[in-house]
Amino acid sequence: MPCSLTTTGTMVFDDAPPCRVSDPHMPVESNVASESPSQRRTAWMVAAQAGDRRAYERLLADSIALIRATARRCGVAPDHVDDVVQETLLTVHRVRHTFDPTRTYDTWLAAIANRRAIDALRRRGRRDRREVHDEFALERHPDGDDASAAAERAQGARRLHLAIAELPPGQREAVEQLGLRERSLPEVAESTGRRTGALKVNLHRALKTLRERFHGES
Amino acid sequence: MENPETMSEPSSHSVLIEHLGGALVPVRRLAPPWRRLLGWLLVVVAVALALFAHYGPDDMLQRWTAAPELGWAGFGAALTAICAAWAALGLSVPGRRALWAWLPLPGALLWIGASGLGCLRVWFTPDPQVAALQQSVDCLVFIIGLSVPLSALLILLVRRACPLRPVLTAVMIGLASAAASACLLEIGHAEASAATDLLTHALAVALVVAVNAAMGGRLLSRA
Repeated sequence: MPCSLTTTGTMVFDDAPPCRVSDPHMPVESNVASESPSQRRTAWMVAAQAGDRRAYERLLADSIALIRATARRCGVAPDHVDDVVQETLLTVHRVRHTFDPTRTYDTWLAAIANRRAIDALRRRGRRDRREVHDEFALERHPDGDDASAAAERAQGARRLHLAIAELPPGQREAVEQLGLRERSLPEVAESTGRRTGALKVNLHRALKTLRERFHGES
Repeated sequence: MENPETMSEPSSHSVLIEHLGGALVPVRRLAPPWRRLLGWLLVVVAVALALFAHYGPDDMLQRWTAAPELGWAGFGAALTAICAAWAALGLSVPGRRALWAWLPLPGALLWIGASGLGCLRVWFTPDPQVAALQQSVDCLVFIIGLSVPLSALLILLVRRACPLRPVLTAVMIGLASAAASACLLEIGHAEASAATDLLTHALAVALVVAVNAAMGGRLLSRA
């Protein structure tokens, strides 16, 4: 629903009656005392359309509170309200030629602010749909490097070392030299004085023993 | 005296306001909707005059005398075109109510109702010459073909404004263009209204409105 608030707290909808318009060539301050804030802003906008920079800057500064009120009324989160303010000010600058002096500035501004607020809400909605909630992401895509996985891997390594330590000396030697240190058969044969065939047999038996132990436990 | 609330604004707003103030130049105010509507209608009238010059008014008047509801359908289409164009141009100015989009409804009801009456007449008195399939296809091509430049012109007129409801505005543009084209078709339309003819017209209007809503909405969404 289009909504707007003025600084005076009056709700202004887009069918508000036309207001009196000041002469754009008249100094902006000349009749300020007798005008309502809404009429004053309308007069400033008319002057801004004619190129009066001072009136324009005062108008934009005066508009910030109105834009904020509209954005809040539309449900924009507080941390996004200033984005809506900036985008609305940019839009006001770009389309200032569309302002009709026979209508109120507040109505015109509220329509633009309302649209920019809806844009902000849509952007936020799209982003929320695209991004997965953290807890959901953790549940669906567990991190392989988290603390519990690391502890589990360390525990598995300890069990493997214990199992290797309990192997008969020949098999333990074959596993340590060929499997863990990744030395070649001739090197191990030379350093241990065993035949390569015996080393292969010891390694095969050691692996079989370890497989049976771990698979049997699981 | 400065507004205290203004003075406490974040500096980013002040910087932006100063920047915008520095970029301020006098602007030429947007023409009111009625004047822009008049410009568009002048083009439509120019096309109508060209069609009258080609076909002449006699056939159309004879057909309307024989079946007055065709005249009412043409009047309804013209009313729809004017109201939809007015609504599109009005909606392109910030602060105008979306209720303006209902403005073409009475004209559209007259257009559809009168066309439906024409179908009933053909049903009960099958004397009048009714449109063959090829002629219905010609109608389709005419409405769509003429709607393209009329829509483009309206989009140009609306883009200079600030259509904050781009899709709704584009729908109004499509309806205005299609209704104007259907109205202009009456000038050279040699057949009485039949169900196939009415369906063809409805299809053409729906196509034009749908394409405008899809493409025109994007063209206008920069606001």
